[in-house]
Amino acid sequence: MDVYLPVAGLSVNALMIVALGGVVGLLTGMIGVGGGFLTTPILIFYGIPPSVAVASAATQITGTSVSGLLAHRRRNGVDYRMGAVIIGGGLVGTLVGGVMFRLLQQWGQIDTVIAILYVVLLGGIGLLMAKEAATALDILKPKAGKAAPRRHNPLIAMLPMRWRFYRSGLYISPLAPLLLGFVGGMLTVLLGVGGGFILVPAMIYLLGMSAQVVVGTSLLQILFVTAATTMIHATTTKSVDIVLALLLLIGSVVGAQFGVRLAQKLKPELLRMFLAIIIIAVALRMALGLGWRPEEIYTVQLL
Amino acid sequence: MSGRALAALLPLAFLSLGASMPVLVPDVSQSRIDIRYSFTGAELLLFGAILFPGGEAPKDGADIAVVVKGPPQPLVVREKQKVAGIWMNVESARFRSTPSFYAVASSRPLSQLVDERTAAIYELGLQNLQLSPGAGSAPEVQRRFERGLIDLMERRQLYFENPRGVEISEGVLYRAHVEIPARVPVGNYTAETFLIRDGRVLAVATRDIRVEKLGFERFIARAAERWSFTYGLVAVAVSLLLGWAGSALFRRG
Repeated sequence: MDVYLPVAGLSVNALMIVALGGVVGLLTGMIGVGGGFLTTPILIFYGIPPSVAVASAATQITGTSVSGLLAHRRRNGVDYRMGAVIIGGGLVGTLVGGVMFRLLQQWGQIDTVIAILYVVLLGGIGLLMAKEAATALDILKPKAGKAAPRRHNPLIAMLPMRWRFYRSGLYISPLAPLLLGFVGGMLTVLLGVGGGFILVPAMIYLLGMSAQVVVGTSLLQILFVTAATTMIHATTTKSVDIVLALLLLIGSVVGAQFGVRLAQKLKPELLRMFLAIIIIAVALRMALGLGWRPEEIYTVQLL
Repeated sequence: MSGRALAALLPLAFLSLGASMPVLVPDVSQSRIDIRYSFTGAELLLFGAILFPGGEAPKDGADIAVVVKGPPQPLVVREKQKVAGIWMNVESARFRSTPSFYAVASSRPLSQLVDERTAAIYELGLQNLQLSPGAGSAPEVQRRFERGLIDLMERRQLYFENPRGVEISEGVLYRAHVEIPARVPVGNYTAETFLIRDGRVLAVATRDIRVEKLGFERFIARAAERWSFTYGLVAVAVSLLLGWAGSALFRRG
């Protein structure tokens, strides 16, 4: 079933896009990441212009994060104070990211920057996750004699103006989450990802937030920042394709519900290992893409 | 409809038979191409009659070439090179007016019909497109980028040559099929028909074709362009609503 995308300006197979949304939604429900890191590269691979892929994927993630956020809110798993600080940083990050996106597009380097960022971020996080999950699954032996990890990172403890974040169980300077949010917001605009795969580990390992509120709070941040990203792309690059976002959403909303059910039957360590393998595979594919001679040496951009 | 148009034109054409030049009576199967939700491209049929003076086709016949051209657009062509192990865009060239779509079909290969000079004058064939490159780069560099652009557009099926795409029957009736892919931009297209004999273009006739987004597709594309802030708000609202509806629906079920 072919459907014409009015903003992207081409026809796609609607079932393919819904299926892609479904797979991404399944991952979201199972593991709690937005899955933008899968959607955007696959859309680009499918022939959709990169700016449209990035913008529409962000719109889709807004929708997917709603249901997750609602579920965590019911379990009192959201730290709104922390969320507000991170969102504040995130909104500034989206604005800066928007300017960077435009500049990079003018210089013709946006594709390369997107690919390099994907390789570095996904590769690094994928490897970390794989190692951690392997230790939990007793595939790798934890290193003996290593000191227990410190609750607070010394660099973060040094920052001035400490606030109390009761739900997170923290007494730290708001500058650290502000900066974290800023980076997350920038990445959302540049890469079309929610940033959950960066935020969640950073909240756990850098800020030391209590585990019950990490996923809920990161979903809150993702919701606001992807909504802001949609607005920024809609008004600057004008590349939000609402039809594309809708097709993706239909798949991902349904997929997410099945993912949640599936997750209850599987071991969480196995799920994390599974996610790590997917992340590493995407990073490897993109790394190869950078080094291989591309099929198209020439690309065109309308003025 | 097109038959009636042809019938109306015929007497007019016969009136001009006093002149020694042949006359073209061209038509296209549709003067509008509508892009709707399930648009996967369109097939244009270009057809018509050649009216020779005296009403009879010469023994050795004449040839027809048809050119369908999309609205011109300015663009930048970028060239990737390997830098430190990574393929990235390095050099670029600007072109002020490149046709967004260009299809040429002819009854024989163009090189057998006209010499290079004539082909260049009438922009017949992919080698003869006037792309108006931006100033400041060496001609051989420009040609390299032109070749890259044409090659890319050919593989996207936006540019193509079909050297046997025109059928001529009885020496006087011609027809050609031109495929319009789904990726074409909207705008005013022209369908030009050239009557060629002994290396000379004897007659040219042009018909206009309009490619338009219609209904919902047009509304969305316009809204994204003109009311971008509201469009963004609606996009966010729709995705919030869908996400919420999905979880509410499944929780009950």
